Amino acid sequence: MSTASNTGHGKASMRTPVARARGLGAAKEGVQHWWAQRVSAAALVPLALWFVASIIGLAGADHAAVVEWLSNPLVTVLMIVLIGTTFYHASLGMQVVYEDYIHTHWLLIVVNVGTKFLCVLLAASAILAVLKISLGA
Amino acid sequence: MSDTQAATGPKTGRQRPLSPHLQVYRLPLPAIASITHRITGIGLTVGTLLLAWWLIAAAAGPEAYATAAGFIGSPIGWLLMAGWVWALWYHTLNGVRHLAWDAGYGLELGPVYKGGYVIWGASVGLTIATLGVAAFAI
Repeated sequence: MSTASNTGHGKASMRTPVARARGLGAAKEGVQHWWAQRVSAAALVPLALWFVASIIGLAGADHAAVVEWLSNPLVTVLMIVLIGTTFYHASLGMQVVYEDYIHTHWLLIVVNVGTKFLCVLLAASAILAVLKISLGA
Repeated sequence: MSDTQAATGPKTGRQRPLSPHLQVYRLPLPAIASITHRITGIGLTVGTLLLAWWLIAAAAGPEAYATAAGFIGSPIGWLLMAGWVWALWYHTLNGVRHLAWDAGYGLELGPVYKGGYVIWGASVGLTIATLGVAAFAI
């Protein structure tokens, strides 16, 4: 066991103790993205199952039936959570795809930020649509 | 040309096969499962446009809703819905497997292959069941 060890595994590390304490790693942004992707994924499992079951029930439904369904407070809340989580998870996932395949830095930034803008815009529009129906405006 | 260089031994100059050579290399099941997870994720992201359109049309009124519902009920709409439903089932089932892997479970080669077959079968089966029940409900 070396006295120069700072990894806890008995081997000397090339990393400084402060870098290890910050825990940001080579990508310099830590594990926040990784965790957010997993937590949103876990939330989407029951939400997606509920949504598919609901859509089956709405197959061939007319406008009045869809409005009545969305006006139920439980449906309104679940739809808003589903929309927010879906677009959040989608933007996190697309970011990973871009980072793997786009090797021009400025293009990566433009495409990634553009996708995030689009996701926020679509999420806000879809949530407004649900609220408009639910609140009967 | 660079292929030839990369595939040539440093001293002998003999041609060496590149590996994996994607034109002749059969991707193993875990690799297919992995790239399919990514492709279905991209497909579902694009599919959110349909979800947003459907909701906004419903909020806009009966005429706009009839247009959106008419598109979804058309042959092209059914084809898109079939692809979307399958992508959702595959990505959800395989996503649960990814969460289990992240927690350290099922990482041995046996469960990885078995799970790959199960998820392909289950996603196709559930897609047929989903569309069948939806078609029956209309």
